[in-house]
This record gives sequence, C-alpha cells and structure tokens, in this order.
Amino acid sequence: MTKGKTFLGVPVARPKVAFFELSSCEGCQLQLLNNEATLLDFLSLVEIVRFREGMKEAGDDYEIAFVEGSITRLDEEERLRVIRDQAKIVVALGSCACFGGVNQLKNRFNDFEWVKKEVYGSFPIESQEVKPISAVIKVDLEIYGCPIKKEEVERIVTALVLGEQVHHPQYPVCMECKARENICLFDLGEPCLGPVTRAGCDAWCPSNRLGCWGCRGPAPEANLGQLQIIMAERGISQERMIDRLECFGGFGAFVAEVKGKKGEPR
Amino acid sequence: MLFKVFPVAELARLHAILAADRIVGPVKKGEDQYGRSLYDFDVVHDFVDLHLDYGQTIHSAKNYFLPYREDLCTFTFQGEGSGDGGDWHKEVDYGVYAPLVLFGLHPCDINALNKLDKVLLGGRYPNPFYGEKRANMFIVGHSCSPQPFCFCKSMGTDSAIRGFDLFLTRMDDLYFAEILSPRAFHLLEQIDCHDPDSSEHRRYMDLMEVRESLFVAHVDTSDLTKILDLEFQAPVWQEWGEKCLSCGTCAQVCPTCYCYGVEERVDMDFTRAYKEKQLYSCNLLDFAAVAGGHNFRPESHTRLKYRYYHKHRGFVEAFEESLCVGCGRCGQSCLARITVPEVIASVRATKPL
Repeated sequence: MTKGKTFLGVPVARPKVAFFELSSCEGCQLQLLNNEATLLDFLSLVEIVRFREGMKEAGDDYEIAFVEGSITRLDEEERLRVIRDQAKIVVALGSCACFGGVNQLKNRFNDFEWVKKEVYGSFPIESQEVKPISAVIKVDLEIYGCPIKKEEVERIVTALVLGEQVHHPQYPVCMECKARENICLFDLGEPCLGPVTRAGCDAWCPSNRLGCWGCRGPAPEANLGQLQIIMAERGISQERMIDRLECFGGFGAFVAEVKGKKGEPR
Repeated sequence: MLFKVFPVAELARLHAILAADRIVGPVKKGEDQYGRSLYDFDVVHDFVDLHLDYGQTIHSAKNYFLPYREDLCTFTFQGEGSGDGGDWHKEVDYGVYAPLVLFGLHPCDINALNKLDKVLLGGRYPNPFYGEKRANMFIVGHSCSPQPFCFCKSMGTDSAIRGFDLFLTRMDDLYFAEILSPRAFHLLEQIDCHDPDSSEHRRYMDLMEVRESLFVAHVDTSDLTKILDLEFQAPVWQEWGEKCLSCGTCAQVCPTCYCYGVEERVDMDFTRAYKEKQLYSCNLLDFAAVAGGHNFRPESHTRLKYRYYHKHRGFVEAFEESLCVGCGRCGQSCLARITVPEVIASVRATKPL
C-alpha cells in the first residue's frame, strides 16, 4: 500500500495481485499490456507481484489472483488449490477460465485417446477433459471474453480496489451493436450470436462485420429457442449454429440439450 | 405557414449554404444480402452523399439529440490524486459545440421530436442536455414514400405541421417548400425560388392524394387505451414474450424511446469520476430491478408488455397522443419479427397468434 492514496478522503489500499496461466494462449494477459495509454495508471492501482508476460519476478504474496486458462491436466488442479488458499479474491480471467474456452472443443469427441493420438502422435502427454476453473475451486469473479476487453478489466479492477460492486451488463450484444449503429449481420446473411450473448465487449466483432461467436457466454436471459427459429428462418443450418455455440464453451448446457434431442453425438 | 417552390437543381445550393454548419442526413451505409440499400443518419460531407430518396433509415436520428451514451457530469479531484482536502469541482457539459442541421427528416421523425419535446422539455424538470441540442438545431424535413411497414397514418404522424424550419416535398423537377422559421425564409431568399401558383397547388394536393393511397400497414387505435387495460392479462402477451430476445434493439432504433440508466465511473488514478447516462430499454432484464435485488418484471412478456403500455396507453393518458410515431423501425430490426401492427392486432383480436 502506498502512502496517502485516497479517494474522496477515504484511504484506498493498493492490493497485491498475481497473474496465473493454466492451459491458454495468455492472450488475455497480453491485452492488459496492450493498453499503453493507461498501463501506468493500472500499475498505480495495484501492485503486481507476478505477471509472466511482463516481469521476471514471481511472488507468492498476493491478495487478488487473476487466473487465465482452463484445466486440462491434474497438476493444474493442484496449482489452483494453492492459489485459492493464498488469494482473498480469485478472478477467472477470460473465456478459457470461465467456460473452458476454445480448449473445451475437444470435449465433444468421445474418445480422448484418439484425440491425443491425432494431435500429439506418439508424444507422451497428459491431457484430460477440459474444465473451467470453477469446476475445481470457488471463483469470486468472472471476466468474460476471448480475449478480455481491457477497458472492461480496468473498470472492474478499479471497482475491486474501491470496494464497489462489480456489475456485468445484463443485456445481450445487440444492445451495444445498435448503439454503434452497425448493419445487422443477419441482414448480410451472416449468422450472429449477438442476440443471446452477454454484452460488455461493445459489439467488438459485429462492429468489424464479423458475426458474434458468443465468447462471453450467454446473457442472463438468453432466448436460445428463438435463436434457433431466427437461424432456421434465414436458412442457416443447425450444424452451423451449434458450431458457433460450441466454440467457447459458454453455451455448453444448451448445446448438450439440442444435441441430446437430435440424438447424434459426434 | 409560407410556401415556396424551387427547381430541384437549386437543392445543391441550399445544401452549400447550410453546410457552414454540421449537416446530418440520410446516407447509404451499405447493402443487405439481396442488394437492397441500407440507410442511416450520419454526418454528410458531400452533397452527393445525401440520399433524400431513402425509404427508411435503420436507426432514428436519436443519437444527435439523445445520445446512446453521454456523460452527465465530471468530477475533478485536486491534489495528490485524490479527493482529500475537500478540493473538487463538478463540470457539466451539454455536448453542444456547434449548430446542427438535420437534413431530410421524414414526418414521423419530426413528430417524434415534437413528442420528446413535450416530455423532456415541457415537464417540471426539463432536460438541459436535450434542450441545448434542440435549441441549436435547424431541421429540414423531406417528404417520404410510405414503406410497406410504415403505419404513421394510423398514429396521426404522417404529416408534420410543426417542429421543422423547412419542409421539402419533391414534385418531380420541383421542390414544394413549407416555411416555419425566419431563418428558413431567409435561406430560401438566397436561392432561385418563387411563390407557388394555383397549378402548383394542384400538383401538391394531387401528390398528397397519391401518397395517401400508398399506406399498407395499419394499426387500429380506436379505444386502444381502454382495450389495453381490459387485455392486460391476455395470453397473447405471453406468446410475444416467448419470442422476445430481451435485447433492447427495438428501443435503440426507436426515435422516441428515451428511458435511460446512470452509472458512475472512476478513473484509475482517482483524479476524475463521471456520471454516465446510457439509453436503456424496458425490455432488458434488469430494467425494473431495484435496490435490494427485487425485479418487478423478471419475465420477458411483462417487460415487452410495458413497452407497449408506455407507448400506447400511459403516454396517451398523459399527453393525449401516443408515443409511437409508426416509423416501423422496431419491427424491421426485430430478429424475432415482433411488429407493432401485429402485436396490437393480436391483443384486439384476443386470440392466439
């Protein structure tokens, strides 16, 4: 804690934070470094004791742990438990940590031994079914996105430091997409998961004429039944829709339901 | 009201004179998958970009008088990156830096501004953010060709009798101009125009008759406030609610939806804080969530219903007119194909969809 740092006359602690990575591309951590304009402010807000993408030191004294990545090995579960014991607040950082992310795509294959052989050949490697970190430890806060939106992380961390409640948008991406006055991807004949995906990204992909892939998972009220009708009416196949819904793992329960109905596991 | 007539070729000169200020008008944004043009209001940098023949824009021009996001005030804390010492000040910026010309508004959108004026300026607490923008606005209306989804005729908003400076009706090679402000009058003095003669009167009236016959979509508004009260529990609401995505698209594209939320934001170095207003929608899940965690309208159909009750019942009771102008944008943008004419018809029919 630095001396005299206050907000509205109230002393504000500068918490020690650490970043950890399980199975992931570490792109979410890079996103934080990407924001040069506000990086120094971010560093004045928290004291970083461990951040592999940005420093050599690796401290074990921290209050907030940001965990990126999903669990694909047993030793990762062990690491997570150690982190949980140490940290007051554990934050799942990015879609891999929150839902399993792109990694969980392998879960749709029934035969893991076959998957391992296809990917690694005869190279000996341990790999289990992909899990989000909440499957192993209690998670206090989830920050969604593949990658995370740095502005959103900065807002959330500021709220954490000030002891304010953290609010995630309760509405889907369409709300932000309309505010940016984009052309609707469906008008261009493209599928988009914007109508059911949790906002907060400021319609990042649709604003670049790329339909939403649902990386932030379902909005608290996601009308997936209607999404199926919307896709079907516009001639977008169920397979294509499921491909999208499966990509980041946030819609797992719904995908399982639809696949169960069809009765055809891949 | 004064009337003038001028050749279509004079419009470029009119535009050039007005271009001393920032002009916002209908511009082509792209094409849909079937090659149909898509329009929206945007800053017009060149006269050729002004597409006055647009059918309807995707969004209303709302962003220029009710921005989707707007900082209501900024607090700056002095001293060592904090607010101690009691030294802070508040700054309010209405976001108006230059006059704005809205060029090419259809009657529905002009009437939308008239309705917003009533609630945002006529009430006990006028909204200065809206008021300042309105006061610095010059409005050039433009005639439209009714689209299949337009139902302004039913809402009584198919023509504008106030709320503009100048209104232009295209009559082949001529523009028929209605003048409501001294500035518009002086503007027309600078171009080649004349008083309409009786044959031009006739042409205008004939044109209006043709336009009248082009309306396809209708909403039966007779006794609608009472019918909505009677049918508050009608099962059709539930059916529409099942379709609704609770995504807020309808409110975002609507020219009269003005509901909003306010959030606070603090800079990471604690030297500034902001109160930020965000346009919201009664269809969103947490619109009626209150302190303590209770949500008065947790089900989709209750939220959808309230949007209709505000537009077609509550506002009518308060202002003796509907808050809906029949522009049809909400129905056009709704992926679940929920349209006002169909919803109202289903409630009136009190039968399943």
